[in-house]
Amino acid sequence: MKKLLIFAFATAAAASAQVGFDRIVQAEKEPQNWLTYSGNFNSQRYSKLTQITPDNVKNLELQWVYQAHSVEKYEATPLVVDGVMYTIQNPDDVVALDPVTGRIFWTFSWTPSPDSRPCCGRLSRGVAILGDKVFLGTIDAHLIALDARNGKPVWNVEVDKAADGYAVTHAPLVIKDKVIVGVAGGEYGIRGHIDAYDAATGKRVWRFYTIPGAGEKGNETWAGDSWKTGGASVWVTGSYDPDLNLTYWGIGNPGPDWNGDHRAGDNLYSDSVVALDADTGVLKWHYQFSPHDEFDYDSVQVPVLADIQMPGTSRVRKVMLWGNRNGLFYVIDRTTGQFLLGKPFVKVTWMNGFDERGRPMKVPQAQSNREGTLIYPGNQGGTNWYNPSFSPATGLFYIPAWEDYSSFFVKQDAEYVKGQTFGGGGPRNVTPPVVAGNFNYRKDGEQYGVIRAIDPKTGEKKWDFPMSDVTDAGIMTTATNLLFSGGREGYFFALDARNGKLLWKAALGGRVSSGPMTYSINGRQYVAVCAGSALFVYALRQ
Amino acid sequence: MRKIILALIMAGSLAAQHELGGTTYTKTDIDIGNRLYIANCIYCHGPDGDQIAGVDFTHAKFPRSRSDDDIVKILRNGIPGTGMPAQTMPEPQLRTIVAYLRSLPAAAGQVLPAGADASRGKILFLGKGQCINCHRAQGVGSYFGPDLSDIGMLRRVVELDQSLSDPNAVIMPENRMFRAVTADGTTLTGRILNQDTFTVQLIDSKERLLSFQRSELKQFSPIDRSPMPSYKDKLTAAERADLIAYLMSLKGISQP
Repeated sequence: MKKLLIFAFATAAAASAQVGFDRIVQAEKEPQNWLTYSGNFNSQRYSKLTQITPDNVKNLELQWVYQAHSVEKYEATPLVVDGVMYTIQNPDDVVALDPVTGRIFWTFSWTPSPDSRPCCGRLSRGVAILGDKVFLGTIDAHLIALDARNGKPVWNVEVDKAADGYAVTHAPLVIKDKVIVGVAGGEYGIRGHIDAYDAATGKRVWRFYTIPGAGEKGNETWAGDSWKTGGASVWVTGSYDPDLNLTYWGIGNPGPDWNGDHRAGDNLYSDSVVALDADTGVLKWHYQFSPHDEFDYDSVQVPVLADIQMPGTSRVRKVMLWGNRNGLFYVIDRTTGQFLLGKPFVKVTWMNGFDERGRPMKVPQAQSNREGTLIYPGNQGGTNWYNPSFSPATGLFYIPAWEDYSSFFVKQDAEYVKGQTFGGGGPRNVTPPVVAGNFNYRKDGEQYGVIRAIDPKTGEKKWDFPMSDVTDAGIMTTATNLLFSGGREGYFFALDARNGKLLWKAALGGRVSSGPMTYSINGRQYVAVCAGSALFVYALRQ
Repeated sequence: MRKIILALIMAGSLAAQHELGGTTYTKTDIDIGNRLYIANCIYCHGPDGDQIAGVDFTHAKFPRSRSDDDIVKILRNGIPGTGMPAQTMPEPQLRTIVAYLRSLPAAAGQVLPAGADASRGKILFLGKGQCINCHRAQGVGSYFGPDLSDIGMLRRVVELDQSLSDPNAVIMPENRMFRAVTADGTTLTGRILNQDTFTVQLIDSKERLLSFQRSELKQFSPIDRSPMPSYKDKLTAAERADLIAYLMSLKGISQP
């Protein structure tokens, strides 16, 4: 008996430590786990778990809280794999927890180099897993593989130079035997790239520069040597279509951000989505959302992959849904990159339509200048990096949006100095802050946040859930037509995904700056979300 | 008439541009810099920028810096060994503070007449002006309106003069008034303290701290005009100067 028991436990442990790529590629078959940053490769943030429903969601009850020792914004999405949760303690610690009790199995602590200088938060948005390793990108631009059982480093490579402004802040993406990461640093005059590393050894397999080099196609879209310091960073995890073997990544703003005078041209592949061959990193197609951007409209949103029958056609088409920081919602054919639909989802003044090839027609006056130009959406965008969701159950695309939001864009001189900020001006608020710290004084007509449901076949709005403050929270939907999200005010809530009706809420007392996720252990469904400096986990009252 | 308004707006906009050291700043830059200055600098440097010995922003006296870039550098790094801390805000914001500092000499002429007297102003504040019916200063008066106990550290003469003559010219968001109608039909007027998607918090004219669920209110809407009357005709110019002198003397209450 004793021998049998030992054998049984040993088998369980061995099974739990192996997350083969076949499991990740079919993640929708094991909805009890959350195997990638966005749940699975199509990045819909849609769960097939059904225990929590619109009828019983009011019975959600707090199960446990993990208090991170950090005051940084908590933007991570945890993974849950075979009874272990892996998440981040900012900036770059990895914590393995029991997802039922919140008790900690192990912690890996990383002290980033003092050279690290991420522009907008000393944080990480999550980890990836493959086999028996967990992968972490750090704000000093390292990629580290950890042993999933004890958190000890297995290998550690420098992706790029932290002192030059490079950082890794997103959760890596594992495809086959490779770990894929991109570099942040769009405010420091970097030259962006996406790399693939051998998951077993850490050896770099390929690199795709997000700005083409001299002689390469697309380099002509940068005047002179401006391509060398043109930014085009990567700071949110991409997606993957295993049938096409293409991986899709959103690319950040060109640099200097607010002064395009010395980078005449479209500035490819800034503010674009690129489709890369996952084995070689070779570019298959691209689509640029905001050519020659001067408004900091990073296109780092998570590419959401869906199969939809578009109006006027008879076949189901492989598409990509994209709510962009520039205020427009897009449907793009993900096999070819063909533009199918583009429509504003918030107030937009920088463009007034598309040409026949899907290129936005810019309003001539919509340029950053020395006096300041008023543009909608403002610098933080109609949305930003916060993940949207697509529900195959409702057929709707859900986006966290900033409405009635504008900035004055002011152009100033910019001189490149390695490792220093390279902005060339910046945005200005139009009105005094109507939300200052913990205090909100806004009135109607001033910027606000909204969960907006969009019909991807038409781009039409279906419903809104408005909030009194703007939001940085992501969205998750479930097969029971629930939608979970939150906002800056510290509420975590559930809506009916069919009509936006509020079904449940909890006041967590800290800004929700991440996307909720869900998992199931021993038949019990849990929902997790970060707010303030802590991770909160809910399940139905028993 | 429309043309006149346009001309006025243009004049205002031109007047607001400042060109020093080759850099032109817009009114937007100066306004934002003003807010950042109030939030980060004013408690040491004072509203006129002359509270630190040897430093006087209103008279363009910057002992450690000449150019705008020098000032940005000092803001970013602080001055070791002094009380001047490094500011962590991004450079565009630092530049707006410079814009504001460069705008201060234009208001240097806005000083009180020689005879303005703070003690007479205090009597007006407590009596004829009826200021304490809404405002509070140094532990006396109503909680309903903005507390003015440290207004002399936050505002310049020119700004207080404008508020007395035309209270609607600038209403800071934190001083907004709202009207709430409860389920039983009771109408309340209050200064907004906070709100979110589901709740609102006010202090009302009876000085009560109130919190409501939005769902239990029939109406909740801003009152766009200030409840404060204009003192342009209620007080003489000399009285207004006395009152401003008193307000400028209010530099906060020492903490117990």
